[in-house]
Amino acid sequence: MKNIRWKVFTVIGVFAVFFALGVYPILANRYSKLPAPAWLKAKQLKLGLDLRGGVHLVLRVQTDEALKTSSTTTAEQLREAARTAGINLTAVTVPTPITFHIEGVPSEKDADFRRVADQIAGTNYDRNPGAGGTYDFTMRPNIAVQMRQQTVTQARETIDRRVNELGVTEPNISEYGDTGDQLLVQLPGVSDVARAKEIIRSTAQLQLKIVEAGPMSSQEALLQQYNGKLPDDMEVVPGAAGSEETGPAFYLVRKTAAVTGQDLRNAQPSLDDNGRPAVAFSLTREGSSKFGKVTGDNIGRALAIILDNRVQSAPRIDGRITDNGRIYGSFTQEQVTDLSLVLNSGALPASMSYLEERVIGPTLGQDSIRSGVMASLAGLVLVILFMLVYYKLSGINAIVAMIANLVILLGLMAYFGATMTLPGIAGFILTMGMGVDSNVLIFERVKEEMTAGQPARNAVNRSFDRVFLTLLDTHVTSLIAAAFLFQFGTGPIRGFATTLTIGLLTNLFTSIFVSKTLFEAVLLGRPAKASLSI
Amino acid sequence: MKFFSNPNYDFVRWRWHAITLSLVVILAGAAVIGTRGLQKGVDFEGGTIVIAKFDTPKRIEEVRAAITSGVAGGGDAVVQDYGPTGSGTVMIRVRRTGHESGGELSSEAEAVINALKKSNLGNFSVAGTEIVGPIVGEQLRRQGILATVLALAGIMTYIALRFQLSFAVGAIAATLHDLLVCLAFLAFFRYDLTLNVIAGLLTITGYSVNDTIVIFDRVRENTRGVRRGENLAAVVNTAVNQTLSRTIITAGTTLLSVIALYLFGGDVLEGFAFTMLVGIISGTYSTVFIAAAIAIMLQGRKPVRGQMATAAAPETTRKPGRRRAS
Repeated sequence: MKNIRWKVFTVIGVFAVFFALGVYPILANRYSKLPAPAWLKAKQLKLGLDLRGGVHLVLRVQTDEALKTSSTTTAEQLREAARTAGINLTAVTVPTPITFHIEGVPSEKDADFRRVADQIAGTNYDRNPGAGGTYDFTMRPNIAVQMRQQTVTQARETIDRRVNELGVTEPNISEYGDTGDQLLVQLPGVSDVARAKEIIRSTAQLQLKIVEAGPMSSQEALLQQYNGKLPDDMEVVPGAAGSEETGPAFYLVRKTAAVTGQDLRNAQPSLDDNGRPAVAFSLTREGSSKFGKVTGDNIGRALAIILDNRVQSAPRIDGRITDNGRIYGSFTQEQVTDLSLVLNSGALPASMSYLEERVIGPTLGQDSIRSGVMASLAGLVLVILFMLVYYKLSGINAIVAMIANLVILLGLMAYFGATMTLPGIAGFILTMGMGVDSNVLIFERVKEEMTAGQPARNAVNRSFDRVFLTLLDTHVTSLIAAAFLFQFGTGPIRGFATTLTIGLLTNLFTSIFVSKTLFEAVLLGRPAKASLSI
Repeated sequence: MKFFSNPNYDFVRWRWHAITLSLVVILAGAAVIGTRGLQKGVDFEGGTIVIAKFDTPKRIEEVRAAITSGVAGGGDAVVQDYGPTGSGTVMIRVRRTGHESGGELSSEAEAVINALKKSNLGNFSVAGTEIVGPIVGEQLRRQGILATVLALAGIMTYIALRFQLSFAVGAIAATLHDLLVCLAFLAFFRYDLTLNVIAGLLTITGYSVNDTIVIFDRVRENTRGVRRGENLAAVVNTAVNQTLSRTIITAGTTLLSVIALYLFGGDVLEGFAFTMLVGIISGTYSTVFIAAAIAIMLQGRKPVRGQMATAAAPETTRKPGRRRAS
């Protein structure tokens, strides 16, 4: 009976592995006396917002705003280009986010205007001529879709960065809903909702300011040359935290910004004259003239790039910069990429509004955990008692299978970092009830076979053979329901679907393999006609 | 120990009584829902919930008075005890939210909190708030219906592939029956329809079909070797009787865990646990009385053999794909 020995080893092995991977880290975290390496302790079951407390927000990005900005910019560019070509447009209007209307094209200059319009708006807009030298431009549908998508993605990245700055651990920021313009923001452990909401929604400020002194390690050192008194037209701005190991850095900068994020059109990774990584940026028209003047007057000084009131870097101004330029210094490729990303996603591309706000205070979460654990234990005790009374010694078999199921379920969830929510605990309890279901199905069949005169070993074998397909069918249908639940649900409900799905899969294993192995082990060495306590 | 020794009840004979009883419950539910409406929670209707924890226990009437006088249109607010009794925690629900545009969604919640501050009810802390705007409410409603319909369709397809169509229809009828009974009881006992309740309903969908399959599987097994002429009703009745103790016991064990959930799971899960409680009882009942009855009605008095593809297939070569009714 070598076969049985291997099966028993497999069962014990699987149990031990999942206990060590999933359940032991939870215990080790709770009772600090238990030894565990750090990587094992890191394998923890994540708690959902409803158990841990935190903020759940759904925002809508006003993508129309971004489209309107784009249409307005294009229309103004066209007006400018037309003027250069000797056509003075009499009216430029943007009636909807995706259209603009121009008037005043003289008929003799029509061909010229079309050429200019093709250059400026040809790729993104469809052009329709109207009566008396007017034109309507409509954004191409695919461009509009793409631009909306871009706006939402950019907003998500912006929020992501801001949330990280807030120091929230394990935030979740993702696109949400079926309208394509919603964002879900989940911030575990955050209880100051007003602040979180404000930070998420406020438009980030990018400011480029001339550096008067710094960087230095303290404010006092900066102000020494001013006798410790901050001049009226200057301010102290801290450097970006954790950028280097040099400790804190402070800069003394002019209060008036040379340009702000609103003047910025675009930034992207580039190279400087020596082929080192740099960031190329371009400015709007107004930004260019402002910037040109300030940089021309301050060649040789440093320009602080300030985002959210922190100096990201302070490169030296090498010459007068107008509509575009490069930010360089000792950057790595990665820093350059990050810097351009920050510059581009620094300001929100459009304003946002809140559609849903849920705040779960830490005490509510604690209460939920307590009642969830209480309900689980009560359920466990009730089911164990019932199985022992009804199936006597074979009940132990079912109980072992059930506990193995719960251990594997917990182990898998912890190992994969799945999230446990309050409905997830309900799924855990249901798995308990439904796990026993499979055993009951088998046991009842064994009883039936034995009543029909089959010896125990035969009865067990026949029952497991017969019941296998039934179990497969019942589990597949439940899995179908769980799958749709997963698709539909957010947060807590998704936790339920996860628990239920994993629970169903592990249950198939424990009820068929573990339970049968136990029966075989018990019947091993007994005569073929032995009876069974069931 | 055994609840039933060799049960031989004629369940099929009772099918018309059972169907009548079910119809009465479902119609009564429909009448209640029609007149009073199904109470939707903030998840689906939108609205504002504030959970406030007072330092000392408060009477609901005091809190309600503070809301009625302190919040514009606060007269229709729902005020309930929340959490363990004597904890001083109350839940206040208002059907409105602030505007979705701008950052004003939470203005209604702030109005509630301010009203509580101005009242002389004493110190409190806000333990939690839930504010769902109409757009998200509508979206969740649509998704919830879609998920349920798709889940039913998916399960029906699976059963139709594994069994024959009349069985699939029977199983789905039984499942729909359970969903409607659950909705009726939710309406009778005035439970709010929340995300958790929907999760309960979807779980019941899986559970109910699960239960029915066990019987259908037994019917399929029993029809192997059935003589031509023996009608489906008799075969089904045998199968129901053979699996009766299993049906009762598994319903019992699942019920035990759900009762534990209902009693100890707290306010958040109460609606879920209640749905499961009703659903499991209804699911067991519909498995025994409704599913098979519908299958028999659809099948009529046609002989079973020849319609069951499994009848001809030897046991050793059974494969899922081959079990389809031809």
